[in-house]
Amino acid sequence: MNALSRAFSLITGLDSELAEIIALSLRVSLSALLIATAAGLPLAALIGFRRFQGRSIVISILNSFMGLPPVVVGLVVYLLLSRSGPLGFMALLYTSSAMIIAQSILAFPIVASLSHAAISEVDPVIAQAARTLGATPAQTAMAVIREARYGIMVAVIAAFGRVMAEVGAILMVGGNIAGFTRVMTTTIVMETDKGNFELALALGIILIALSLLINLALHAVQKRGLAGAK
Amino acid sequence: MLRFRISGIRKSYDGIEVLSGCTVDFAGPGVYALTGPNGCGKSTFLRICAMLEPPDAGEVVYSDDRGALPPSIRLMRRVTLVLPKVGLFNASVLRNAAYGLHLRGIKGREADDRAGHALELAGLARKRNQNALTLSSGEAQRLGIARALVIEPEVLFLDEPTASVDERNTALIEEIIQSLRREGKTIIVITTHDRHQAERLADISIVMKVGEITAQG
Repeated sequence: MNALSRAFSLITGLDSELAEIIALSLRVSLSALLIATAAGLPLAALIGFRRFQGRSIVISILNSFMGLPPVVVGLVVYLLLSRSGPLGFMALLYTSSAMIIAQSILAFPIVASLSHAAISEVDPVIAQAARTLGATPAQTAMAVIREARYGIMVAVIAAFGRVMAEVGAILMVGGNIAGFTRVMTTTIVMETDKGNFELALALGIILIALSLLINLALHAVQKRGLAGAK
Repeated sequence: MLRFRISGIRKSYDGIEVLSGCTVDFAGPGVYALTGPNGCGKSTFLRICAMLEPPDAGEVVYSDDRGALPPSIRLMRRVTLVLPKVGLFNASVLRNAAYGLHLRGIKGREADDRAGHALELAGLARKRNQNALTLSSGEAQRLGIARALVIEPEVLFLDEPTASVDERNTALIEEIIQSLRREGKTIIVITTHDRHQAERLADISIVMKVGEITAQG
């Protein structure tokens, strides 16, 4: 109980160490989200609009990679970035960039797969209507993507929820270095190990509040998406 | 003046012939009413005429005073088809109406004014800021027509525009078609299974029976 009340005073006082950790968490996860969306959305559009060989394999791979174990991603990124690995010369291991890479890999299949689902759920009559009004193939695709916008937002928010809560991969490739690669989840792991419950609890509370916020946003977006439909 | 002629059109889906050799001349402005029982190939016929689908055999040739026109996006944009299911976007009524203009690079005030004018014609001016998906089926159909009229098509295809709407909306839609016809600038091709509607509207009546044109005049 004592730890809990001290945790609250850490939050209300916005301890500078705490603020730094939260800021890095958000910076890493939002960067990863940006990268995953920039890569995932075009892929979703590609598999949504084009019929090509191996398309269903791509869809199956994306679907199964939505549940990639973070530690496996951490291991692979570690091997790639470690000094003797193929990308070792970039000296990225134990930096926030390594964490962003790992989280991008985790977020990418979620953004791509759920966005693709959203795009393929759009009634085919939308594409037809766009064509009857003189849309080029690219403009037709844009019209369909615009119709899928709420579903795509849900995909992005879901990926954000996943990477914010993730610990295994970033702990392995980031190393949890104080003031450098220490984020909320990795700090919770370490402080709990050390028996420093107040900081761990404070971060836990903030993490839960954030995930609550993310879910509220998700819900609001889903509701707005349905509001138009009868 | 844009006109078109289709000759010897055949189309099959999964080995089942839907159209078996249709030839019709749409030589000038007026209302062409295509009637026939459900499933006789009216919609397919319309989609092929509107260049949305290629025929298996035969040809669709558009021409104007300078001669035959090759298929292109520019030609496609002089023609439009209102689908029976319309396909409204999850956006305001005004944005739906302005869509065809946006596609043509017309934006902002001019697009809004022209879309607003079409909405007035369709009796939807008061609903311009409402989400289009909240409209009744009759209003949705009228918005589909307004969205088509905004781009001032030279050929307007209407696929069963009154099939799923009430009497009041049917009357409103027929009124829009009549006023367009009086202007005398547009080829209007309408499919309907209502023979009386065809009689009310048609300058030229075309009767279809299972994949074939059986009467014309």
